[in-house]
Amino acid sequence: MGGNSDMKLIDENGIRIDGRKVDELRPIKIEAGVLKSADGSAYVEIGKNKVLAAVYGPRECHPRHMQNPAKAIVQCKYNMISFSVSDRKRPGPDRRSVEISKLISEAMEYVVFTENYPRTSIDVYIEVLQANAGTRCAGLTAAAVALADAGIPMKDIVPAVAVGKVNDQVVLDLNKEEDNYGQADLPIAMIPRTGEVLLMQMDGHLTQAEFDQALEMGVKACHEIYEMQKDALRRRYAVVSGEGEEETKGLVHAMTEEA
Amino acid sequence: MARSVVSEIKRDHIHRLIADGRRVDGRAWDQYREIMVQTNVVETAEGSARVKIGNTEVIVGLKMTVGEPFPDTPNRGVLSTNAELIPMASPSFESGPPDENSIELARVVDRGIRESQMIDLERLCVEPGKKVWINFLDIYVLDFDGNLFDACNLGAVAAIKSATVPAKANGLGEDFPMPVTCTPVAVTSVQIENSILVDPTLDEEKVAADRLTVTTDDNGDLRAMQKGLSGALTLEQVRTAIDTSRRLGAEIRKLIG
Repeated sequence: MGGNSDMKLIDENGIRIDGRKVDELRPIKIEAGVLKSADGSAYVEIGKNKVLAAVYGPRECHPRHMQNPAKAIVQCKYNMISFSVSDRKRPGPDRRSVEISKLISEAMEYVVFTENYPRTSIDVYIEVLQANAGTRCAGLTAAAVALADAGIPMKDIVPAVAVGKVNDQVVLDLNKEEDNYGQADLPIAMIPRTGEVLLMQMDGHLTQAEFDQALEMGVKACHEIYEMQKDALRRRYAVVSGEGEEETKGLVHAMTEEA
Repeated sequence: MARSVVSEIKRDHIHRLIADGRRVDGRAWDQYREIMVQTNVVETAEGSARVKIGNTEVIVGLKMTVGEPFPDTPNRGVLSTNAELIPMASPSFESGPPDENSIELARVVDRGIRESQMIDLERLCVEPGKKVWINFLDIYVLDFDGNLFDACNLGAVAAIKSATVPAKANGLGEDFPMPVTCTPVAVTSVQIENSILVDPTLDEEKVAADRLTVTTDDNGDLRAMQKGLSGALTLEQVRTAIDTSRRLGAEIRKLIG
């Protein structure tokens, strides 16, 4: 949060610098089953964010001492690739990615029926290919679809989105400029079916009223993303006739589309 | 790479097919899997590419900064190549610092680009002895089904060719396209049952006795080679592999020309 409210990010008509309204999401694209080696995978684009998630497991838990005799553990690794940001990031984990990995692991552990797979580990790898604010939410959104793609029983699919404050207004799904020069950032992930919050962080400055407004906005957006997650899984699996062969090649599809 | 266990039944199957003149996926000895190259896939990189060879997939990005040249090459830019075998790509990859496999991979890719003088490093000198462009070429393997050398080479070359030098953002005048002199292409073959098979899948790599990567330039001249795995090749087999590499290299070059 730069907190620089002099920077004009919303015009008189309530339109943001990327042309969105305050309660509008960036364009979202979700594809399930995009990698062959992984047990489950997903590719998510939210605005200029591009994120891949892969799931391996349930498989033998390493290191051994982390095994739980009663249930599986969920180990998420969030990572940004070196050229995903404007100044090259040194490859490997840093303090920020360690924290995000921990939060996402904890969130996903709650929705997975871990008691079905004692002593095992379910490993989720999130790689941010291109970053533009909101990568943890995009990563978690992708991870949930990848877990479902891996056929792992879950309480629900988990969507995530960030809400923030820019020019004293509550806005949905911050882009990079809004994240840099905005006044608050509130990433949330939830279980849409029950309305429970799975992940919540905040930095910046929000009044109680603003927080309530932000939360309401975020919950509504989570439901929108939730529908897109389910749609991606349907496109991957709800193929009844033989013509669906091409549909299963999610990423190939996505690649040729953009080429 | 990642010579993990392969079941005896699979090994026998591959061997028997090859003795019979066939490959598991029905390809000819000198036939690649489908190749797909997409450039400019990441806006935050100066140049980038995503490459698929069959089910093997890699993403490569080039980041450029201004820095000091090496003392022995004061008027040349710097190239640094790094490969990450991230655990997303295979159940046999683990997180952590680069292991011998990823170091070999990065160095073979680097050698092909460096030795072919693909990048005109002298044109990446800003102020001799003080300021030159530093190129960070980062390769990430996303999905591993064999033949990483060729996929990574192709990705690296495509990323470099698509790159724009960010001069303006560094206060050094107008942006300009990456100065490129040629297109080095690596073609990898393996030897199984005395047959030379190009573009091995992961299963083929696991049962192969030898591997030979040959990088050629626009004239079909050899620029870099690397033999891997613990077998031995006859001279005849080496010639076959090189012939194949030169011929297929020319075809692949057209894809990214």
